Amino acid sequence: MLGLDRKDTGLLAVVAILALFAPFILNPFPQGSELAQFNAGYPDLMQRFVIFGIFAIGFNLLFGLTGYLSFGHAAFLGVGSYAAVWMFKLLSMNVIPAILLSIAVAGLFSVVIGYISLRRSGIYFSILTLAFAQMSFNLAYSVLTPITNGETGLQLSLDDPRVLDGGGVATSLPLTNFFGIEMRATETLNLGPWAFQFNAGYYLCAILLLVTFYISIRIFRSPFGLMLRAVKSNQQRLSYTGLSTRPYTLAVFVISGMYAGLAGGLLASMDPLAGAERMQWTASGEVVIMTILGGAGTLIGPVLGAGVIKYFENIFSKINEGVLHGWFGALPDGLENAIVWVLARFTGEGWHLTLGLLFMAIIIFLPGGLVEGGRRSRALFRRRGRRGGAAEEDAAKQRAARPAE
Amino acid sequence: MSFRRQTRRGILKTGIAAGAGLALPTIFTARSASAFTNEPTGSSVTLGFNVPQSGPYADEGADELRAFELAVEHLNGEGDGGMMNTFSSKELTGEGILGKRVEYVTGDTQTKSDAARASARSMIEKDGAVMISGGSSSGVAVAVQGLCQEAGVIFMAGLTHSNDTTGKDRKANGFRHFFNAYQSGAALGPVLETLYGTDRKAYHLTADYTWGWTTQESMQAVTEDLGWETVNNVLTPLAATDFSSYITPILQSGADVLFLNHYGGNMVNSLTNAVQFGLKDAMAQTGKQFEIVVPLYSELMARGAGENIRGIPGSQNWDWKLENQLGERYRGTNVFTQSFGEKYGFPPSQAAHTCYVQTLLYADAVQRAGSFNPCAVVEALEDFEFDGLGNGPTLYRGADHQCLKDVVVTRGKENPDNEFDLVEIVEATPVEQVTYPPDHPMFAGGALGECNEGA
Repeated sequence: MLGLDRKDTGLLAVVAILALFAPFILNPFPQGSELAQFNAGYPDLMQRFVIFGIFAIGFNLLFGLTGYLSFGHAAFLGVGSYAAVWMFKLLSMNVIPAILLSIAVAGLFSVVIGYISLRRSGIYFSILTLAFAQMSFNLAYSVLTPITNGETGLQLSLDDPRVLDGGGVATSLPLTNFFGIEMRATETLNLGPWAFQFNAGYYLCAILLLVTFYISIRIFRSPFGLMLRAVKSNQQRLSYTGLSTRPYTLAVFVISGMYAGLAGGLLASMDPLAGAERMQWTASGEVVIMTILGGAGTLIGPVLGAGVIKYFENIFSKINEGVLHGWFGALPDGLENAIVWVLARFTGEGWHLTLGLLFMAIIIFLPGGLVEGGRRSRALFRRRGRRGGAAEEDAAKQRAARPAE
Repeated sequence: MSFRRQTRRGILKTGIAAGAGLALPTIFTARSASAFTNEPTGSSVTLGFNVPQSGPYADEGADELRAFELAVEHLNGEGDGGMMNTFSSKELTGEGILGKRVEYVTGDTQTKSDAARASARSMIEKDGAVMISGGSSSGVAVAVQGLCQEAGVIFMAGLTHSNDTTGKDRKANGFRHFFNAYQSGAALGPVLETLYGTDRKAYHLTADYTWGWTTQESMQAVTEDLGWETVNNVLTPLAATDFSSYITPILQSGADVLFLNHYGGNMVNSLTNAVQFGLKDAMAQTGKQFEIVVPLYSELMARGAGENIRGIPGSQNWDWKLENQLGERYRGTNVFTQSFGEKYGFPPSQAAHTCYVQTLLYADAVQRAGSFNPCAVVEALEDFEFDGLGNGPTLYRGADHQCLKDVVVTRGKENPDNEFDLVEIVEATPVEQVTYPPDHPMFAGGALGECNEGA
C-alpha cells in the first residue's frame, strides 16, 4: 500500500492506531483514583508526545542514516516557533500559513548552517552545529530582542495587525485555529469514572506525525536512503569511488531541519508562545537522547524515545514528597521518612537522575535502544513458543501465502 | 428460507453493540454540563500553584510554596486561621471555598516562560485547576497570565514587579497584588534625594527581560527628575551567575551610583561581585562616595547576600516587621508572621506574603460572588477595597487589576542582630504618593479585554 511493503504498511498502521486511540491508551486509570496521576492523556502532553515525535523522526533521518550527530537541532525548532508566532501576529490565526512558514524558514536556516557545518564530519561537525545553535540562542535571547522579545518570549497581543483576519483590535486574544476549528477545542468523553479528552490540536499534530512518519519510511527505503547509509558506513570509500557525498548529506540535513521547523511551528500553533530557551543546547541534547533511547536508525524508535522522555518530564516530575508521603503513609514514621527521602531523590525534581540511570542502562545493555529491547523480548517468546506453536505458525505462513482475494 | 444460527459470539457482539448504542447519547454530557472551564463539581476545588523550584528565583519559589500551603490550611479551617482573622471581609469561615475543600497541585516554572506555560497547562487540563497562582519572574507571570486568559481560568499573580504585568500585558483574568517598578521608583525617589543629593551619575546593570527593562526605565525617570545623570545601562542575561565582567568598567565610567536592577539569585551574585571589586568603599571619579542601590529588595536576597547588603537602599511590598515598627495600620502582619513562623521556624518573605494574600483574596472573591465562574470572580475583585492583610487599606483597581497600597522603603541594616533581621524599614511611602493613572505612559499599550470563562 502507498508504495510500502507489507511490513512497513503494518508499522504505519500500528503508529496510526496508536496515534488515533492515544486518548484512550494514555488514560488507563479512572479519574480520582490514586493512579490517576500516571495518566498522560491530556491534550498538552499528548501534543508534546506527537510534536517531539516529529522532531525526533527528523533528527533520526540525519543521525540514524548518515551518522552525522547534530548537537544544534533545537535551533531549527526555535526558528520554526518564532516564524509561526510572527505569522499569527501579522497574517492570520489559521495554523496553515504559520506551519508552512516555519518549515520554510527552518529549511533556509538549515541550508546555511548545513552548508558550513557539513564541511567537517564527526566530532567537528557536532561542535559546529552546537556552536551555531548556541549562537542563535544568545542572539534570540539578547541582540534580536525586538524580533524575539528576549527572555519574556514572543507572544500575541490584542493590537497585532492579523491582516487576513480582518484587522481591528480584538477584545480578547484570538485562538489559533484550522479553518475555524480551534486548536484548543476539547471534547470530553465520560465513560463511568473515566474521562477521555479528544483535542482538535492533538489530532492535527497526529495526522502530521503520520505524514512525516510515512515520508521517513519512504526515505529509509529509497535509493537516496541507501546512499545515506553508505555515507554512514564509509564516507571515504564513497568519495574514492568518485561520488560527492555533500549534496546527499546537505539534502538530508535540510530535510531534517524542516522536520524540526515543523515541530516548532506545531508547538507554537498549539500554544502561541515562542521562548528562546527552546533553542538552548539542553533542548538539542534532549532530541539526541530521545533518538538514542528509542533506537537510532530505526523507524519507530525516535517516536518511542520522545514519548518516554516527555512522560518522565511531565508525569514523573510531579511525584513530589507530598505524594510519596501519601503512598507510604501506612508505614511507621521513621521508615516512611527514610523511604520517602530516598525515593524523592529520584522523583519530582530528581527525575533527571532517574532518566540518567535509565539512559545508562539502555546504552549499556541495549545499545539499539527500546526497539532492540522489544525485538529481543519478542525473540525470546518466539523461541519458547517454537515447539508448541510450530504447527500454528506453519498454518499462518500458508494463509499468508494465499493470494489476496 | 432459513434463520441464521445464533452463536455465542454473535450474541455477545450484538449485546455489546446495543449497549454502546444506548450509552452513546450520554457520553458528551460533560462539556455541556459545565458552564466554565474546570467547574468544580465534587466536594473539593483544585488550585494550581506554579512556582520556580529551580533557576535564579528558586529561593523565592520555595517560600511562595510554603505560603500557599499555609493559606490552603487556613482556608480549610486547620491551623490558627492566620490573616483570615484580621481581613476586613468576613466571608471566609474556614470551611473551604463555598463549602468545598481546597486542594492544590504544584508545578515547577524553572523560571522559563515555556516550561511555566507547559506546567500551567497540565494543571488546567489534567488536574482541573480553576485558578493558577505563583510566579516570581515577570516574564513567566506575563506568559502564564496570557495562557490563563486563553484557557478561561483566573490568574492571581505572585511575585511579579514589572510594569507590564498590569500595563502593556494586562489581562482581564489576571490580578496582581504585588507592587510594581513604577511604584518602587516613586517611593525611592525622595529617599534617594535625601541620601545622595541631586547631583549624581547613575550606572544601571539590568536583568534582560520585561521586569529589568521596566524597572530600569522607572528608576531612570525618577532619578533624572531629581537632576541625576544616567551614564550607562547594561543588560545582563537572566541566566548569568557571574557578573565580574559587567562590574569592572563601572568605576572608570565616571558614575558614582550603581543601580542593580537584579532580583533573586542574580542580585545576590551581582552585589557580591560588586562588593568584591571594592565598589562599596570606593571613591568615584566625581569625588563622591560610591553608592549601590537595589530597587527591589527582599529578606531572602538579603540573607543570600549576607553583610554585603549593609546600608543599601531598596523598596519592598511588605516586611514582617511592619506592624511592630509602624503600628496598627499594617495589622495582619503579626498574625501572619506568627502562624508562618510557627509552621516553618522563620519569618515569611514578601514573596510568601503576596502569595498567601492572593490566595485569600481569590477565595474571598469566590465566596462573595457565590460562584467559581471566572467572570463572577473578576467582577467581585474589581474595585474591591480591603484592609487587614498587612499592607494597610488597599484597593484592587478595576481599570488595570493592580493593587494600590503603601510601599515600604528599606535599607540593609548596619549591625544586624540575627540572620533574619538584615533589613531595616526606612519609611512606608503612603499610597497617594505611588498612585498613577492606569493609562500612564509606562503602562500604556495594553488592554484588559473581556473576561474569559472558557468552555
